[in-house]
Amino acid sequence: MIPVSFDYVEATSVEHALALFAEHDDSKFLAGGHSLVPMMKLRLVSSSVLIDIGRITELSYIEDRGDHIAVGALTRHREVEGSSLLAEHLGLLAHVAGQVGDPQVRNRGTLGGSLVHGDPAADLPSAALALGASMVITGAGGTRVVPAAEFFVNFLETAVGDGELLTEIRFPKRTGDGWAYQKFNRRAMDYAIVAVAVQLGQNPGIALVNMGSTPHFASAASAALAAGSPASAVADVVVEGTEAWNDANATREYREHLARVLTIRALAQTGYTS
Amino acid sequence: MSLIGARVLRKEDPNLITGRGQFVDDITPAGTVVMAFVMSTEPHSRIVNIHSADALALPGVLAVWTAADIAELSTLGLPGLGRPLLATDVVRFVGEPVAVVVAETKYIAADAAQLVIVDYESMPAAPSITTALADGAPVLHSVLGGNTVFDQPFVDDLAADFAAAPHTASLHLVNNRCAAVPIEPNACLADWGPSGLTLWATFQAPHHLRNTVAAYFGIPQDTTRVITPDVGGGFGAKINFVPEYFLACALSRKLARPVKYTQTRSECQVLMYHGRAQEQDVDVAYDDDARLLALRVRVTQDQGAYPDPTGMGLPVLTTAMAAGCYKIPKVAISWRNVVTNTTPVAAYRGAGRPEASYLIERIVDLVADQSGIDPVEVRRRNFIPTDEFPYATHSPLAVYDSGNFAGAMTELLTLFDYDALKAEQARRRNTRDEKLIGIGFSSWLEIAAFGPPGSLEGFGHLGSWESVQIRVQPDGSAIIYTGASPHGQGTVTTFAQIAAGELGIPFDKISVRHGDTATVPQGIGTMGSRATAVGGEGVRTASVRVVERAKVIAAHILEADPADIVLEGDGFAVNGTPSHSVPWSEVAWKSFRPLEIPTDSEPGSLDITVFQQVPNFSFPSGAYCCTVEIDRGTGEIEITGMYLVDDCGTVINPLLAEGQVHGGVAQGIAQALYEGISYDENGLPQNSTLMDYLIPAATELPSYTDGRVNTPTPNNGLGAKGIGESGSVGAPPAVVNAVVDALSHLGVQHLDMPITPLAVWNVLEEAK
Repeated sequence: MIPVSFDYVEATSVEHALALFAEHDDSKFLAGGHSLVPMMKLRLVSSSVLIDIGRITELSYIEDRGDHIAVGALTRHREVEGSSLLAEHLGLLAHVAGQVGDPQVRNRGTLGGSLVHGDPAADLPSAALALGASMVITGAGGTRVVPAAEFFVNFLETAVGDGELLTEIRFPKRTGDGWAYQKFNRRAMDYAIVAVAVQLGQNPGIALVNMGSTPHFASAASAALAAGSPASAVADVVVEGTEAWNDANATREYREHLARVLTIRALAQTGYTS
Repeated sequence: MSLIGARVLRKEDPNLITGRGQFVDDITPAGTVVMAFVMSTEPHSRIVNIHSADALALPGVLAVWTAADIAELSTLGLPGLGRPLLATDVVRFVGEPVAVVVAETKYIAADAAQLVIVDYESMPAAPSITTALADGAPVLHSVLGGNTVFDQPFVDDLAADFAAAPHTASLHLVNNRCAAVPIEPNACLADWGPSGLTLWATFQAPHHLRNTVAAYFGIPQDTTRVITPDVGGGFGAKINFVPEYFLACALSRKLARPVKYTQTRSECQVLMYHGRAQEQDVDVAYDDDARLLALRVRVTQDQGAYPDPTGMGLPVLTTAMAAGCYKIPKVAISWRNVVTNTTPVAAYRGAGRPEASYLIERIVDLVADQSGIDPVEVRRRNFIPTDEFPYATHSPLAVYDSGNFAGAMTELLTLFDYDALKAEQARRRNTRDEKLIGIGFSSWLEIAAFGPPGSLEGFGHLGSWESVQIRVQPDGSAIIYTGASPHGQGTVTTFAQIAAGELGIPFDKISVRHGDTATVPQGIGTMGSRATAVGGEGVRTASVRVVERAKVIAAHILEADPADIVLEGDGFAVNGTPSHSVPWSEVAWKSFRPLEIPTDSEPGSLDITVFQQVPNFSFPSGAYCCTVEIDRGTGEIEITGMYLVDDCGTVINPLLAEGQVHGGVAQGIAQALYEGISYDENGLPQNSTLMDYLIPAATELPSYTDGRVNTPTPNNGLGAKGIGESGSVGAPPAVVNAVVDALSHLGVQHLDMPITPLAVWNVLEEAK
């Protein structure tokens, strides 16, 4: 629980952060630190320099942009959880942010940090996938936008490249549409053993937590939902394309079962009828 | 005025909740350096080579020691099977210290430890009882020939009784290996200078440590001082000797610097002694009315890689307490200790008794299941009657002092509507997907108040008494020094409560000091639910003697006969004439002034030391009920009720007694449903962080409903039996019985702890 020694520099703006990254070899960005720091303390990750982007206030915001809401990457989970704007238009996102860890974690952790970490067991990537979010990535060459469905590339790897920052996440408004998040875990503070995020409406989406090496968009189930299939039919195809693993908490078979059960429960919670 | 039974707030808390507590790691004398271990990553390997040059070359590193550097330091534990301070030639569990590094800071120490490279030659490992006892199993200690350390066979295995019995029931039970997980991991600070050795340690028995360290290094006790400052929990895992204490001392002597060691959580998970890790084969014979005729228990205790004296004692306690609350005509016991390539095992909250209550309460439920007789009724038919105390069991260790097992059960059934719950359970079973209900009972009993002569000496303690010294100060306040060494129990509060009533000195003017061998006369420590029943009784005894002497002085001042003096108001008065009085402050002041006390008295007489003994153990008991609901879709188990009737005899402070029970029950629920150190087939630990070793938090635990019966122990004047371990003894069988009950209509008769949603789901799937 003692990390390898490292240097620390503080970035004051996105440009500054990118410049610092170019300047320092073997550096990493530090946001809320709630994924990176524990891994460093276990010596699973080390880095010569941490570039603290957590104090870049220009990346902490929740803005109404007409057809979508833009959330700055450094917005804390607690702010997402408590936002009345999000509660009105993106209830799923606000709710899921409130399911991350415990209040201490939610006061430090950031939306961008959680998404960039790309942990298949994390809550927020599933909300981004189910909601069809767009990720704004800024690098030395400028800005590009990547759809959530293409963002999670591999285990703990996203479309954000070296020397780039996820700066903003854009969520199409889902005002008045049903949603649900069913999370199964042993303890309230834990990562999900399995969770299911459901968003109804014009582009319905179902996303799964901890069902493989990346956060998973359940395309077959989402298509079934769009087609108005019965809940049981949606659940039947929800694990298509997943590669859940066995661990001390669950076997693959049990995870797949949970995904189906939680899908049915989530749909029931939204009042979904075929 | 007596404060016994009063809900007094803890004296300890203002310091702790304002961050002013002082733990070992808070103490840093000038020049302190830090030590860190290089720990084995292998379960069972020969050490071929240790490369420490790179670590030694790191700036800020003072020393890197391996076994070769400390050849003169002896091993710990059992003779012939000793645990070396640093692995010598062979490592026997993952986490075993192989080398120790000392550096100027903990960061350098951690870096240096990582630079030490150990070449291993792997050998087959035996990381479980089954693999250690298998034919051709790898042998951990060649001196043993196999892996069995000690085997106590049955004197009579009751084969004839079982053959003749109308019915029998049998279970093979596994008491899962648990980590104590005190909030403060192990820590020590050794400062060996010209005037002697001072060792700060997070430990439950400071004098025991002082005596042992002095003997280990061959130095006198008068210049060897052990200080246990605030201690953040111990749960029994801090009563055993570990290499770090002795290495820190040796390194401090060598380097002439204070040497500090503070364990990280991940280190603590593999290096601090584990608990439980016991398997049991249990058989009972019973008649058509579910009356128990005979009990046979064979215990196999996993000792981990190196047997510890406390660990060796675990199956002794389990088998002594195996018959629980029941009158069973014939009981046969047998046990063996087995070494495995795992972290050593020793005491953990309850130490052998949770295992005992688990086996008897599980098998009684199985009798109920097989006979079709309600589990409450089966218990009632077999309880030891209230008029049969003291009750001699099959074991000379266990002569039950007092109890009211049927009364506790009656009280328990007033806390909830059992019949209504059973009806609802039946209704739900007939629905397709409503949650299943389970109701589990535990009529438990444990052995506490480790205090009778001989009870602790076998574990290397100087005695089994506890010391209490009361020193009345010149202003009439009092300081109590005690060898009891609390680490979260609230002893500072309860001892002051006991003394306040006996001395007639206000609670706020009584301080309790502990945890320093330089100031406390002698002492044993806090373990085995003994602090109140032995040390607390010592406070009562010493207080009575102080008052006797104070009365002599008061009588002199009041010109009366000491026999006529009584405690009255804020001091003493002549019996019958309360106005003829003298305050404590005046008696205390004059007790130090030779001209103002009787000529045959000596100044400073209000200073009494007692070494309190008790004639027998006490046997706290109780009746618990756990109710659960099981989600048929996910297998999730939710505890919906936890009803707790305790009998700890006299309660000194209900607030603290409830806290002890609730905390113990939380640990019991944890063992039943969440916790369990596991190793893979190669001997690699699978859950060495709190990410994967699941400790339930407030969000997972139910509200508790408390009840109480009170049968005071005759063994001490207070009537207090001890309560520190009750919850962890009583809860696991209640929880497991509830889950098994919920699934019993599917033919389930047993599930091993920890019962996970996955295990429940597997049962539900099989039943489909």
